[in-house]
Amino acid sequence: MANISIIVVKRILNAAALILAVVILNFLLIHIAPGDIVDTIAGEMGGISPELIAEIRADYGLDKPLYEQLGLYVLRILQGDLGHSFFYDTPVVTLIWDALPQTLLLVITALSLALVIGTIFGVIAARRPNGAFSHLITVLALVGFSAPVFWTGIMFLIAFASFFPLFPPAGMAAPDLQPGSLDYYLDVLHHMVLPVLTLALIYLAFYSRLSRASMLDVLGSDYVRTARAKGLSERVVVYKHALRNALIPIVTIAGLQFAQVLSGAVLVEAVFTWPGLGTLALEAILRRDGPTILGILFFSSVVVVIFNLLTDLTYNLIDPRIRLGSKE
Amino acid sequence: MPERLLEIEDLRVEFKTRDGIAKVIDNLNISLQTGETLGIVGESGCGKSMTALSIMGLVPIPPGRIAGGRILLDGEDLLQASEPRMREVRGNEISMIFQEPMTSLNPVYSIGDQIAETARLHEGLSRADAMARALEMLRAVGIPAAERRINEYPHQMSGGMRQRVMIAMALACKPRVLIADEPTTALDVTVQAQIFDLLNDLKEKTGTAIIMITHDMGAIAEMAQRVVVMYAGHIIEQADVGQILTDPRHPYTQGLIRCVPHLTQTPSVERPPLLEIPGVVPALSQLGSGCSFAPRCQYADAKCRAEMPPSTAIDSGHDVACWLTEREAAA
Amino acid sequence: MSEQHSSPNQAASAAFEAEIQMPSIEHPLREAARMFARNKAAVGGLILLIGILLLTLVVPFFYTVDPFDLVWAPLSPPGTENVPFGTDYLGRDILAGIVHGGRATLAVGGAAAILAVIIGLSVGSLAGYYGGWVDEVLMRITEFFQVLPTLLFAMVIVALFKPSVATVAFAIGVVSWTAVARLARSEFLRIRSLDYVKSARSIGSSNRRIIWLVILPNAMPPLMVQATLAVGGAILFEAGLSFLGLADPNVMSWGFMIGSSRDYLMDAWWTVTIPGIFIFLTVLAVSLIGDGLNDATNPKLRER
Repeated sequence: MANISIIVVKRILNAAALILAVVILNFLLIHIAPGDIVDTIAGEMGGISPELIAEIRADYGLDKPLYEQLGLYVLRILQGDLGHSFFYDTPVVTLIWDALPQTLLLVITALSLALVIGTIFGVIAARRPNGAFSHLITVLALVGFSAPVFWTGIMFLIAFASFFPLFPPAGMAAPDLQPGSLDYYLDVLHHMVLPVLTLALIYLAFYSRLSRASMLDVLGSDYVRTARAKGLSERVVVYKHALRNALIPIVTIAGLQFAQVLSGAVLVEAVFTWPGLGTLALEAILRRDGPTILGILFFSSVVVVIFNLLTDLTYNLIDPRIRLGSKE
Repeated sequence: MPERLLEIEDLRVEFKTRDGIAKVIDNLNISLQTGETLGIVGESGCGKSMTALSIMGLVPIPPGRIAGGRILLDGEDLLQASEPRMREVRGNEISMIFQEPMTSLNPVYSIGDQIAETARLHEGLSRADAMARALEMLRAVGIPAAERRINEYPHQMSGGMRQRVMIAMALACKPRVLIADEPTTALDVTVQAQIFDLLNDLKEKTGTAIIMITHDMGAIAEMAQRVVVMYAGHIIEQADVGQILTDPRHPYTQGLIRCVPHLTQTPSVERPPLLEIPGVVPALSQLGSGCSFAPRCQYADAKCRAEMPPSTAIDSGHDVACWLTEREAAA
Repeated sequence: MSEQHSSPNQAASAAFEAEIQMPSIEHPLREAARMFARNKAAVGGLILLIGILLLTLVVPFFYTVDPFDLVWAPLSPPGTENVPFGTDYLGRDILAGIVHGGRATLAVGGAAAILAVIIGLSVGSLAGYYGGWVDEVLMRITEFFQVLPTLLFAMVIVALFKPSVATVAFAIGVVSWTAVARLARSEFLRIRSLDYVKSARSIGSSNRRIIWLVILPNAMPPLMVQATLAVGGAILFEAGLSFLGLADPNVMSWGFMIGSSRDYLMDAWWTVTIPGIFIFLTVLAVSLIGDGLNDATNPKLRER
C-alpha cells in the first residue's frame, strides 16, 4: 500500500502549492487596487502630513521592493497573521475564527443533506427513468438551478417567518440564551431550518439530477447485467453493484463544488443575517475593510483546499482504479 | 436418447420502438440436450442475444415484451416462473457470459469477491468457503498465480484473463446450461483459441451444456455440435455442424460460410472468391409479410417477397426455411 | 460487390437499395434542429426567452416611466392605480424597473458569459491540444481558480474597483470560466486522437488550422451547451452581487431592485418577489434551451 502514501503526499504538496498561490493572489490584489492601506488610514484620520504618510509606509514595509514585500507577506501569513481590521480594530484571524464555525455548520449540514437525499432521490428516479418521480426530479432540478438562491431564501422568509411565523427570521439564537445549555442548541436548530433548507435546496436539486444521470448510466452498464445474470436480487444489484460506481462522479463533483457552496452560503447568510463568514465579508466590503475581506478570501480558499483533499481521499476509497494508481 | 434439457417453443419477443412494434424473435423453436454445445449464428440484430436474455429472463420490459411461447428447463416453463424462482435459476442452473469482458466485471470489487458472491448466494457458503471456491474456479479456468490474483481488480487484468474470470464466475455453481454470448469477439485471435479450448475442456469435465452465440462460423466449427442459423428473428436453418458446413441449404447460410476464407478448403485447392452478403439486416419494424432475407437474396422471386417460407425438414435433423428447397424438390 | 458495371445490374442494385431502405443521411445541424424542435420544454424555453427579450428591448420604448423617478406613494402594493406592480420604499415604479432593468441584467450576464467562454475555451483548447507541460501549467491555473470561492472573489474584485456594469461583468467572467476550460480540454483531448485529426496532421496542416478548422467545429456541440449554461449562471451571479449591494447604483437592474429593497422585504414582499420572478424565468428559459441543445446534440441520449 506504499502507493497510497505516495498519492497522499502528492496531494498534500499540491494543496500547499495552491494555498501559496492564493497568498500571492491576495498580495497582488492589495497592490493592484487603487489606493493602499496608507491612503485608507490617511482617509480615516482626515488628512495627514506627507512625512507621517512616509513613516507609516515604512512601518508597513511599503517602501521596500515588491518581491521583498511579498516575502514579508508570506512570512506573516505563515505566522498566522492575516493583518488587522481597521473597522473592528481586531486581528483578522480572530474575526474569522469567530465566524467560521457558524458558516461550516450551515454549509456542512446543507451539503450533507443535499448529498444524501439527492443521491437517494436520484437512485429512486433512475429505477423508473420515465416514471412520475423521475419527471418531478427533472423539473425540480431545473427550478432549483434557475432560482437565485437568495431569492429562494427571501421567499422562505416571507412564507415561513412572516406569513406563517413558524421560524425566526434572522440570527442564530436568542441573545438571552447561554451557549452550552440545551435550550441554546434547540434554538440554534430552530434558527437553522430556513437557511439550511434554502442552501440545501439548490444542491439537492443538483445532486438528484446528477445521481439520476449517473445511476442511469451505471444501470445500463455491462457489469450490472452480469450482476443480474448471477441471480442477485434487484436490491443487491442496485445498492451494492450499481450505487458504488454511481457515487464516483457524484463525489468528484461534490468536491469540486465546495467553493460554490461556500459562495451560496454568503448569500444565504446575508438573507438570514446568519453570523458567519459571509456576513462578515459583506460587512467588510461595505466598510472597505481590505485586510478582513482578503483574509476571508484566503481563509475560505484554504477551507476549500482542505475539503478537496478530503474528497480526493474518499474518492480513493471508493474507486480501486485510483487507489492502486492505475486509472486507465 | 439424450435428455432434452432446455426447450424453447414458439418463442415470440417484441420491442416497442419509435417506428412501431418490432418482432425481435418470431416463432423460435430450439432444443438443447444435456452435454451438447449448440451454436446460434447470425449477424448483429438477428435476435440471437435476445434469445439468450429471454432464457435468462432478463429481457428489458418495457420496451420489450414476451409475446408468446414457452421456455422449458427440465419441463419447467421459465416464462411462467416467479422472479424469486428466476433468481434461483440465474447463475445457478443457467449462467451466462458476455461479449465484453472489459466492461462486464464490476470495477470496484475484487474478482475474488465477484466470483464468491455467486457461490454465497446460491449455495449459502460462508465467506471463507466461497473464497476457497473462487480460488478453485480461478485455477480451473487457468489463471496463473490464482492465490495472488484473487484479490486483484478487473482493471489489473487483460481482456482474456477477464473473460476467464467471467467463465469462472459463471461456472462457480456448476450450472447445467452456460450461455456464451459472443465470448471471444472482443479478444485477440490467439486468446480466442485458448478460450474455446477452455470451454470445451470444462464442458468435458462438468457436463454443462453450452449455448454458443456468435456471428463467426469459425467459432461454430470449433465449438458446436448443432447449429441454429438466425436471420431477423427467425430460424432459417438448423442442422448438425457437419451438415451446415458442408451442405448449407439456405442462401443466407451459404453466404455466411463463404464469408469465411479457409473453413472447407484445403490450401492447395484453388478456392472460390470470398463473397460478402450484400445489404444489411432490415429494420425489424419494417419487415413485410415475405421472407425477411428476400431483399438481399439473389434467388428471390415474387413468392419469396410475398410469403414467409415454413421450416421444412430436408434430412434427418436438418431443417431449412426457404422456398428454394421446395422449388428444387419440385424440379 | 462484384456486379457494378452493366446497366441492368445497376438498376437491380438501385431497386435493392430502395427495398432495404437505407437510413437517409441528414445534415447533423439539421438533425439537431429537428430534435430541438421536437422537444417541447426546449421550445417553451426559447419562446420564454424571446418574450423576455421583447420585454427588455422593445417594451421600454412604449413604457417610458423612468425607473428612478419617485412616481407614487412608497411601498404601494401591486394593483395600485398607475403602478400595477406597486412601488418600492422610495416610491419608484417597480414595473418601470422590470421593463428598464432587464437590459443591464442581460447585458452583464451575456458579457460575463462571453468572457468566461473566451477564457475557458482558450485555456482548455490549448491544454487539451498541446498536452504535456502546457496542459500541466494551464490545468494548475484552472485548479487554482476552482479553489477560490467564486462569489467572494468576485466581491473582492468589485469592491477593489468601482462597481460598474463593466467591472461586474469582468468579475463574473473571471471567476466562471473553469467549467468551460475543463470541458474544452477533455473534448480537445478526445478529438485530438481521432483519425481525422491524424490525417489532417499527416497532410501537413498547421496546428492553428487543426485547432480552428478541424477540432473546434467537432467540439462545438457540448461547448455550446456549456456556454448556454454559463449565461444562466452569470445572470444568477449578477443578481447575487446586486443583492449584496455591489451593483452599479446608477444603472437599474433586476438584481439592484432586489438589493435595494432588501431591508423592506418583510413589509413589502413584492419589491423583491417580482424582480426575482423575472430573474428566475430568464435563467429557466436559458436552462431549458441548454437542456434541449444537449439532448439534440448528444447522440447517446437520442434513443431514450
